[in-house]
Amino acid sequence: MKMMREGKIVRVSGFVVVAEGIPLPMMNEVVLVGEAGLIGEINKISGNKVSIQVYEETTGLKCGDKVIALGRLLSAELGPGILSQVYDGLQRPLKEIAEYAGSFVRAGIRARRLDHEKKWHFVPVKEPPSKVYGGEIIGKVMENELIEHRILIPPNIRGSLISLVGEGDYTVVDTVAKVKATAGEIIEVKMAHEWPVKVPRPFAEKLNPDEPLVTGIRVIDFMFPIVKGGTAAIPGPFGSGKTVTLQQISKQTDADVVIYVGCGERGNEMADLLEKYKTLIDLRSGRPLVERSVIIANTSNMPVAARESSIFLGVTIAEYFRDMGYHVALIADSTSRWAEALRELSSRMEELPGEEGFPAYLASRLQGFYSRAGKVRTLSGKIGSLAIMGAVSPPGGDFSEPVTQKTLQTVKVFWGLDSDLAYKRHFPAINWLQSYSLYVENVSVWWELNISERWRILRESMLSVLKEEDELMQIVRLIGSGALSERERAILEIARVIREALLKQNALDVNEAYSDPKKTLAIAEVIDYYREQLLEAISNNVPLEKVLNLNIGKEIEKLKTLPLDKCLEESFKLKEKIVVEISRLPSLVRA
Amino acid sequence: MTQSLRYKSITSINGPLVVVNNVQGVKLNELVEIEVGDEIRVGQVVELQGNIAIIQVLQGTAGISVGQSYVRFTGDTLKIPVSEEVIGRTLNGLGRAIDGGPEVVGEKFDVNGAPINPVMRLPPKDFIQTGISVIDGLMSIIRGQKLPIFSGYGLPHNLIVSQIVRQAKLLKKQESFAVVFSALGISNEEADFFRVELERANILDRTVFILNLQSDSTIERIVAPRVALTVAEYLAFEKDYHVLVVMSDMSNYCEALREVSLARNEIPGRRGYPGYMYSDLATIYERAGIISGKKGSITQMPVLSMPDDDITHPIPDLTGYITEGQIVLSRSLHLSGIYPPVNVLASLSRLMKDGIGKGYTREDHFEIYMRLFSAYAEGLRNKELSSILGEETLTSEERQYVKFAEAFEKRFINQGVDEERSIDKTLDLGLEVLSILK
Repeated sequence: MKMMREGKIVRVSGFVVVAEGIPLPMMNEVVLVGEAGLIGEINKISGNKVSIQVYEETTGLKCGDKVIALGRLLSAELGPGILSQVYDGLQRPLKEIAEYAGSFVRAGIRARRLDHEKKWHFVPVKEPPSKVYGGEIIGKVMENELIEHRILIPPNIRGSLISLVGEGDYTVVDTVAKVKATAGEIIEVKMAHEWPVKVPRPFAEKLNPDEPLVTGIRVIDFMFPIVKGGTAAIPGPFGSGKTVTLQQISKQTDADVVIYVGCGERGNEMADLLEKYKTLIDLRSGRPLVERSVIIANTSNMPVAARESSIFLGVTIAEYFRDMGYHVALIADSTSRWAEALRELSSRMEELPGEEGFPAYLASRLQGFYSRAGKVRTLSGKIGSLAIMGAVSPPGGDFSEPVTQKTLQTVKVFWGLDSDLAYKRHFPAINWLQSYSLYVENVSVWWELNISERWRILRESMLSVLKEEDELMQIVRLIGSGALSERERAILEIARVIREALLKQNALDVNEAYSDPKKTLAIAEVIDYYREQLLEAISNNVPLEKVLNLNIGKEIEKLKTLPLDKCLEESFKLKEKIVVEISRLPSLVRA
Repeated sequence: MTQSLRYKSITSINGPLVVVNNVQGVKLNELVEIEVGDEIRVGQVVELQGNIAIIQVLQGTAGISVGQSYVRFTGDTLKIPVSEEVIGRTLNGLGRAIDGGPEVVGEKFDVNGAPINPVMRLPPKDFIQTGISVIDGLMSIIRGQKLPIFSGYGLPHNLIVSQIVRQAKLLKKQESFAVVFSALGISNEEADFFRVELERANILDRTVFILNLQSDSTIERIVAPRVALTVAEYLAFEKDYHVLVVMSDMSNYCEALREVSLARNEIPGRRGYPGYMYSDLATIYERAGIISGKKGSITQMPVLSMPDDDITHPIPDLTGYITEGQIVLSRSLHLSGIYPPVNVLASLSRLMKDGIGKGYTREDHFEIYMRLFSAYAEGLRNKELSSILGEETLTSEERQYVKFAEAFEKRFINQGVDEERSIDKTLDLGLEVLSILK
């Protein structure tokens, strides 16, 4: 039994508390502060004083109050019962808190992270005696109809499996296995274990990601793909659609498990997401989305310091499911609020400010977070992945600010949201000239094998038309469209169709919200076909006006409202129609 | 003042801050009373260091002297008594009665409130009819939403807010609102204007005024919105009222926040505003919504004046990141004589899609909104092109859109200060204007 290691408060400033007298304090050690035992973390040790960031409201703390050091790091409790939960930044289940503390969240509430009483049906998959190592799967639990929750030997344990319970019903704190560690002591393994949230969970090997994380959003899947195990940032001014896009991704993506962290954002957005998760059915599995999801909600008016713990809690739970051999998606909305919490902490600790007041270690913190993404061979030999997508909220929409810039230095995909596009109600407002994905090469083979080998070519063709449109529009803005040639005006028409039929997508329409990659490719094929036919017609002196009057663009736009099969069928017919109708047009006879 | 725990150990005074030495057992955010001559001023403990307490004095520090003034620690945070009898009353920014009537008696509530548990929130859904076409049609306000007005100096936001408050109706339930009006640094005349307007509409008897005027303490301005929201939360979640909270002008609130932050030698963020302004504003704006199991609601309509009409300025920028959309006013429309001068393209109601359509307004509402919006955007674009390149460069179709845009502004957006249009009238008017494009 550890001796109570105590100190006392000597300074309180916002959520930063300085305590003195704690014997042998550890960096990142969890402490209980004040009479209410508020949870905090030691983030600086200097002489016999420690600086603590307190994760709950500090109203009422006094100098002289006790601080108790718990001798352990801030950890997540991982085991069956996690899925479908809505946690706060300290892994307290918000539903339970509501049940006994009412509609509002107050400081000092204690709650079990996992239900310790509920029994789960455990099926062993190993036979003692055998050698085991950390991360190995020893059994499984069907946590709900959808997800098989694989029970792992905690990553830092290895030795011989001496005993393993038989199939049966156990709580997460019952011993299900006994391991004789290499050092000789007997370790009792339960279905749940703890893992410090700031320590990345180990894996056997990092692999090169080669499979897209399909989102069903055309401008992403087709133009700027994210991979299973990849990293992406989505910066944008307010109102440009960060949250709508991320929530849409969380609902539609083909990940096995989705962790959504609402970090410092609106409470109503969490409520809306929760309602959608409960009612919407996942297309692939036929089960309610809530069964594959975990939500962590630390809203903008909840304790600021807990924004950091919410991010790390999210990524730790995500790694845990990755370690079971699943493809996991972690969404953080918005990482800027975490960065602001870091700035506030740094300022109260009187550290020297860096750019825009952010601490000098902002970049390394962001990197430390995003670097936990990746496709891996897990310790148990399975393949798992964790993709991380972070929203960024730059003040005034100015991307040159530190959080945006340092995030872009780290992630491989940039979905830049544009307020001009948002004003024109072009959603998703992802600016195609600014955005990029460094995974295009990685997913080429997947596209070739599963959808079409034409993807790369089509993508490049579309991007080049869009780029030309941008250049031509600069001329148009100066001297009007009269200065353009017929061919150039044809390019503008094609660009318009690309924007309206391919890039624009209505997240609110039940038919349009999800676009299967096959459907996306079919639409792109038709557009490209139109481009070829149109340019050929122009070069044969067919007046552009006549072709535009055929309204082919509008027909192509209709494709996006059709379900997959109908769309494939219609796009095939439309290609034929395009050829037939254009060839009927007479060309101008030149004298 | 009671005799116990009276300290005379003020060691320094800086702007709104007072530093007191040799104290013990003082809590963070504790309420403090400071005797200044015959007056008792109120302050809050904002920082503690050993036996030193740093106090923020809410009514300012003028006249406080080192070693002379008495300081008493009350042992509690700033709480105000609230009961249903607060309706119809006028209080100051600290919740004290200033209408000549007795102090409000009731249960005491901490002015800072607490965050609503996200799982207890119900997503807002019911349409509020303001009777103003451009709002009801294109940026509908939903019960439980927080939707600010981004105005500029000299723009008629007061007229608009008062028209909204006078005309606001819940269509589905025929229920009316209680109004909590928090004046933040506005002039006496402006506050009187609202009083007269609300009286005219017979709403005065369901309104609570929380006044912190231009002439009042700027530091008290920091507490005033919290007092207003504490009253609103009581009325909504204890007494089942639908409360409409108007706070004007939040820019004055932000200025006060900056003043105190700089006095506390905190490292300034953008334009000198504190780096924590986002989180601070969030603790105000997030006190809105609907709670599961409770019948009442809080709908917030903060008003702020954008310095230099700049929407990227921290005050509107941070607000926009928190609130559920914004109604932006346009100086050029105002100069053209259009009222209300709403900048349609820059405005947005994020929750609109959940509260309009069949069962809420009309089945064709969303379609009419999309068509009006895109036609107007097209019209404005063409108008801009024609102003640069000349009208002759426009095609006849493009000219139609320009005509539409002008008709849209003159007939749809423009309406009288006392004109109340039902949603049906608004949508029909929209269709009528759209017919120009046939």
